[in-house]
Amino acid sequence: MIDWVYMAEIALSGLGSAALLAMTGVAFVLIYKATRVVNLAIGETLMLGAYLFFGFTSGMELPVWLAIPLVLLCGGLFGAVIERVMIRPMLGSSALSVFMVTIGLGSILVGAVELIWGLEPHRLVSFISEKPVFLGPAYVSPKTAVAFAVSVAMIAVFLAVFRFWSGSLALRATATDPGAAYSCGISVPKVYSLSWVVACMIATGAGILVGAIGGLSSSMGVFGLTVLSVVIMGGLDSILGVLLAALVVGLVEAYAGALLGGEYKMISTFTLLMAMLLVRPHGLLGSAEIDRL
Amino acid sequence: MSKHDGHASQPILSIENLSLKFGGIDALSNVSFSVQPGSITALIGPNGAGKTSMFNCISGFYKPFAGDIRFQGNSIRQTPPPLRAKLGLARSFQNIALFRGMTVLDNIKLGRHSHIENNLFHGLLYRGRARREEQALSAEIDREIISLLDIAHIRDEPVANLPYGLRKRVELARALAMRPKILLLDEPVAGMNREETEEIARFILKVREEWGVTVLMVEHDMGMVMDISDHVVVLSFGKLIAAGRPQEIQSNPDVISAYLGADAAGQLKRADAGEVVQ
Repeated sequence: MIDWVYMAEIALSGLGSAALLAMTGVAFVLIYKATRVVNLAIGETLMLGAYLFFGFTSGMELPVWLAIPLVLLCGGLFGAVIERVMIRPMLGSSALSVFMVTIGLGSILVGAVELIWGLEPHRLVSFISEKPVFLGPAYVSPKTAVAFAVSVAMIAVFLAVFRFWSGSLALRATATDPGAAYSCGISVPKVYSLSWVVACMIATGAGILVGAIGGLSSSMGVFGLTVLSVVIMGGLDSILGVLLAALVVGLVEAYAGALLGGEYKMISTFTLLMAMLLVRPHGLLGSAEIDRL
Repeated sequence: MSKHDGHASQPILSIENLSLKFGGIDALSNVSFSVQPGSITALIGPNGAGKTSMFNCISGFYKPFAGDIRFQGNSIRQTPPPLRAKLGLARSFQNIALFRGMTVLDNIKLGRHSHIENNLFHGLLYRGRARREEQALSAEIDREIISLLDIAHIRDEPVANLPYGLRKRVELARALAMRPKILLLDEPVAGMNREETEEIARFILKVREEWGVTVLMVEHDMGMVMDISDHVVVLSFGKLIAAGRPQEIQSNPDVISAYLGADAAGQLKRADAGEVVQ
């Protein structure tokens, strides 16, 4: 006999993690779209956000309403600095070299966090009400509900800006042909910088939510690997594809975790990724590059 | 004698002792020439002569090793490309550089990017005004550029679907949307047949006529160069070897030997008769 309420509860928690995956995935795609950099440090950026929040609230004992904008501010600043000193000098070198630089950046972040906050896991101050949320008979953890609402709102704002702001045309132009965009009067360095700033703000913001749900540890950047699979499944440069893939991965992970056991979460994700790559190498909605011979 | 031949007016663009090096190779050495306002100036020379390098210096992609570039009397050597675009330098590329996923209209609109207010907060605060500006821009592009270049029928098509000749025309349209004072065209008719070439030549003349835009173009099609240009500058191995009116260039022995080789004189004669010399 299947317990439908239980199944619905799993789906709801899956939706919560799907929203977080989608939010971080959007940050990843933004950087990839604008600068063609595969940023493997996105998971560590998220970790940095969580630890900064921990530092502001538990260490400096700032109120939560102040700590959140501070984390986002630091995230944006971090993005700007990294883009300017690590990524821009690599402009024009092979994609693989830049990719390696982002792996290095990830290691540096893990090391820095361990040096400052130590190896042992931490818990964030609880700032989300503990009152359980019920959707009909199904129970949703309040943290998951908040994470879901915030992520969805953030993605909606992002999509609206992307759709209606004339400046986003400049981003798309830069993405397709930086040289032509540059000579059309678009300040390409500004576009690069802006995309890193916004993406890192989103990632650190997601870090606060992920940290609030699962606690902090220096290995929480592994979340970035799941995000990477989501992004590859979605097609690297398609925001809609990432949203769809996040939904699928979030739900599959939730069911695998609940029905088979926690250790099957990652296995199911990567099995899905492999199957996907066999069937559609360009991802769900990715653009296939067609070369004319 | 037209005003372009005189030295009375101040040149709109002057290249002064420009040198460009890549490692130990002199891509350009000590090149000087000037472009008179309202003229059509052609930059010619064999492959690898440094024509596109010169274009890249003028639009700011390459930093010259020595020398200066003056636009309307002011040095633009230190000016970054987007600001040069704003000053009125627009270019097209040898290999078409359009934004593939976008429609023809969006591509052309992007040419106007540096002239419109794109600030996000401005856009949110004055949504009505931003939309009106956008509509005015589309209308203006329709009226002035799309009709001029005869591309109304493909206005809303994605550029990826268009054939080569039309894409070249869209690129020209985008450059025009920048309201340039000087239009830099890198091989505007490369790979085109005679009819398409004549059509583009007509567009270039029309643009000069109606908008008063100065044109500097790199072109291999000698028929077109001799037909429409007022002034021809010849580069060979990074050096300037001749500059003058088309007729003078055609009979210049240095040009003939350096540029076209032994059998050149005959070829130039044929080019004059309207054939294409590759």
